[in-house]
Amino acid sequence: MPASLRKELFATPLDGVVTVLLITGLAAAGSRLLHWALTQADWAVIQANSTLFAVGRYPIEQQWRLWLLGALLAAAAGLSWGVLRGLALPDRPTTALWPRHDRLAASLLVLLAAWAPAALGLTLTIQSRWWGLTGLLLLVRWLAGRYGSRLGKTAPLVLPMVWPLLYLVGMVLIGGGLGLVAVGANEWGGLLLTLVQASFAILLSAPLGVLLALGRRSSLPLLRWGSVVYIEFIRGAPLITLLFLGQNILGFLLPGGMAPDRIWRAAWILTFFSAAYLAEAVRSGLAAVPRGQLEAARSLGLSLPQALAKVVLPQALRIALPATVGQFISLLQDTTLLSLIGLLDLLGTARSVMANPLFLGKSAEVYLTLAVLFWCCCAALGLGSRALERRLNPPSLGR
Amino acid sequence: MASRLGKSPPWWQNRRLLPWLVQASVGLVLVLVIAFLLGNLVRNLSAAGLLLSWRWLGQPASFDIAETLLPFNASQPYWRGLLAGLVNTLRVVGLGFVGATLVGTLVGSASFSGNGLVKRLARIYVELIRNIPLLLQLVFWYFVVFLALPNGAAAIQLPGIVLAKSGLFLPGFEAGFQWSGPTLVDGVWQAPLRFTPEFGALLTGLVVYTGAFIAEVVRGGIAAVPKGQWEAATSLGLGPLPSLRRIIIPQALRVIVPGLNTQYISLAKNSSLAVACGYTDLYSVAETSLNQTGRAIEVIVILLAAYLAIDLVISLLMNGLNRLVQIKER
Repeated sequence: MPASLRKELFATPLDGVVTVLLITGLAAAGSRLLHWALTQADWAVIQANSTLFAVGRYPIEQQWRLWLLGALLAAAAGLSWGVLRGLALPDRPTTALWPRHDRLAASLLVLLAAWAPAALGLTLTIQSRWWGLTGLLLLVRWLAGRYGSRLGKTAPLVLPMVWPLLYLVGMVLIGGGLGLVAVGANEWGGLLLTLVQASFAILLSAPLGVLLALGRRSSLPLLRWGSVVYIEFIRGAPLITLLFLGQNILGFLLPGGMAPDRIWRAAWILTFFSAAYLAEAVRSGLAAVPRGQLEAARSLGLSLPQALAKVVLPQALRIALPATVGQFISLLQDTTLLSLIGLLDLLGTARSVMANPLFLGKSAEVYLTLAVLFWCCCAALGLGSRALERRLNPPSLGR
Repeated sequence: MASRLGKSPPWWQNRRLLPWLVQASVGLVLVLVIAFLLGNLVRNLSAAGLLLSWRWLGQPASFDIAETLLPFNASQPYWRGLLAGLVNTLRVVGLGFVGATLVGTLVGSASFSGNGLVKRLARIYVELIRNIPLLLQLVFWYFVVFLALPNGAAAIQLPGIVLAKSGLFLPGFEAGFQWSGPTLVDGVWQAPLRFTPEFGALLTGLVVYTGAFIAEVVRGGIAAVPKGQWEAATSLGLGPLPSLRRIIIPQALRVIVPGLNTQYISLAKNSSLAVACGYTDLYSVAETSLNQTGRAIEVIVILLAAYLAIDLVISLLMNGLNRLVQIKER
């Protein structure tokens, strides 16, 4: 046994005993789990309902729009990935186009595209579509990495616009309008609904949260106390209570009892909820920027909005990035609460699937799959956040 | 331009006027929006015959609460039902605090253990729990673990403790100060102290989830203690456990207590997810009351006030604790 491993695991007799106990315990539990997963578990419940889990009751003849949206998402992801990889960093003047992490990620993607659709028992046409999407992502990534440097200075300006634009295009593709057949919001479900709600809330709560944070630090009493009351009120209430409020009271607050769809009511409540927590995260970032920055900017003749936007906020948002992404991850997890008010998001679809007498008692398989899915999404977001932090605060700059 | 000397600046550059203008316009917009919303509210409520009133609280609730410390049945008024729900919430929150703190301290301290396997397991535990939604974990504990336990004679029996599908049965004092343990009567377990699987699933889920976050807080607190303190303690001959207890933890508490405050409030708010486990806490009772009476505004006001009060009490207690553990600089 190598000396370092021996020191780590068996340094003292007590350590040795603990290590042996843990290893035997983990091995026993792991083998039982594997045995159950491979022999006793009935994965047909996932295979039979994969469309329901993915897009809910979206009409089959309109699902080509979702495939189109998937292709656009793959292209945009490849573009962002490639251009960012091609951009020179302050401490890395020349960059390799396919560093080790990227090769690992690309091979993981290919493996996933090859295994997952086949494991889900999807037809060959759908499997080939997934291969096509993955291939498109990797192709655009290669092209963007190779030729993205030609964009030069415009890249940091163009790239952030791609995603909100894609969001708008996506809403039209999913919901209808502009010549496409309208698909009502109550037919969206599963992963589609979860992602629509999460992206809506993330996109809208970000500017609202920044405004609230600025308002809370404002010297104008009305703005400050208004922000404080709003933030503390929202932070004191459980989300389920606020969702409950949205579903029941919003109809009373608008004239003639007209109320937006249940789905949009929930989306707006998620936005207002997340904005309050984001405000706290951005506030800590704002507090960490030295006051001299604002004073210097004002003394150079910048007005207050200009000084905030060009000097203070970029520094503050960079510092607040980990907390902000943490709040986005929480938001993605909080979309599961929509199942408690009767919406058919991923968890709600799972519960409705298990109410089917055909799949009674298969709760372990379904919940484990959902847990793995959520874990992968949230862990990916966390990894992306850490990568972004490293890019924005490179260690060699010696700050 | 020379003629501007000595005159006050134009109104859009007047730094004494501008703040008041901004506040006045924001205030006007706020007042208009609130008046619009309130007007609609009153109009819609009176059209539906649901203007604010609290008399419905005294009417008999037509639902039962199966598991409660406060005896409650369908003939008792709504306010008693809501109170029973509040007591249920406080029960699970109180036990949750104890359990989550224990788990969090254990796992957080384990990150500094000398054993590499223990350190990695602690890391894996935290990363696993933090990335899975709490509701999914609660539903998992309830449906996959607690409801899958064997029942009747096949239940898991330890000396004095019985874990079955119908709950956790512990010995205690019967009426008449008689100590008795769990007994099997006609295939049904009975015991003086009984925790339903709903309570068990909710408590386990909350303890495991909040424990992971508290572990991060504890880890951050212990990491904030300068390394020199560890080295000084070792050079004085203190082993790892005594040095942790007497030197490191008192200093780490300064950083840990504010973080604990946030996590305790989060646990209290997360207890409202009891409705997914079938446990009748305050939110669950309130939802049933609203479905039966239609009194949305009053019920939501009660809910928000109750949770706000719980948060305030927790914050007050933790602030007192914070003052205790702060190092008083001389």
